[in-house]
Amino acid sequence: MKTSEWILVLAVFGASAVEMVEALTIVLAAGTTRGWRSALEGAGTAVVVLGALVLLVGVPLIRYVPIDALRVVVGALLLSLGLNWLRKAWLRASGHKAIHDEDKIYAATVAELAADGPVRPQRDAVGFAVAFKGVFLEGTEVVLIVISLGASQGRLGLASVAAAAAAVLVFGVGALVARQLSTVPENLIKLTVGVMLTSFGVFWVGEGAGVHWPGSDLFLLALVALFAALSALVIPWLRRSSPAPAATAAT
Amino acid sequence: MAPPLLARTGGDGGDVTAILARGLRAFGRFWWDFLVGDTPELFVATLVVVGIAFLLAPLHVLPVVVVPAVVVLAVVVSAARGRHDRP
Repeated sequence: MKTSEWILVLAVFGASAVEMVEALTIVLAAGTTRGWRSALEGAGTAVVVLGALVLLVGVPLIRYVPIDALRVVVGALLLSLGLNWLRKAWLRASGHKAIHDEDKIYAATVAELAADGPVRPQRDAVGFAVAFKGVFLEGTEVVLIVISLGASQGRLGLASVAAAAAAVLVFGVGALVARQLSTVPENLIKLTVGVMLTSFGVFWVGEGAGVHWPGSDLFLLALVALFAALSALVIPWLRRSSPAPAATAAT
Repeated sequence: MAPPLLARTGGDGGDVTAILARGLRAFGRFWWDFLVGDTPELFVATLVVVGIAFLLAPLHVLPVVVVPAVVVLAVVVSAARGRHDRP
């Protein structure tokens, strides 16, 4: 595999892992309070819909949109997304923004679902809907990343496999550790993915606009190194002006 | 992204227009949140980066330095501004 393909796999895998940890928290809460059958059916249906979205949007993009135009649009999308992830991860790491706490989210979701009327013995519509929305909404961002990175390199299949592998890994490990999702270093993964998405964004915008990057694909590594080094400098700088440790977020 | 857990539907049942309008609003809100959200400066920076890349592309060496530099400047300034937003 080429350098850009390795980075594609890592970026998609990391993004999918982060979003699926958040989705799994909601599915676990729905399963324990409203019954596993409905929660798993809801989550499974969402995965099927997300897969269909990748096929319906991604394949026509690769076939019918000129590659340079596609790379500029995709690069801009990735850059926008990557910069937001990077900024959020910096602010969380430096104590300016609350760390995402899966235990709190789990507790809040369980409390809300428990107060939502009696559970139906066979199929529970509330459990199905909550699990479906949790997986679908968190997965939409992954689908965008899969389509963007996959379509711009003509490797939609590789990107889809990387996303699916992360989802299987997270749900598999999640089934074993159940409610210990707060131990996942979510912000570190988010920071890493932010660095990669930003690097891809700069790279594809440049490629699509006609910029000749020195070393071609290898320049991606230089961009990754640049944004990683920048993160190493900026986080301590931001930490110096942190007033007090921020609380953890329940939403 | 924190999804609303239970968005209740209205009680009017089969009003297709209302359902379509709600769907379109949700679609528009998703893209607004995705592209702009609470960091409009990063969205503007992205557009500026695209513009600069096209403008400087024929100059060979200059865009290789300027395009990443603008991105670095944008995200550092945005993060510095974000120090005052809590939580």
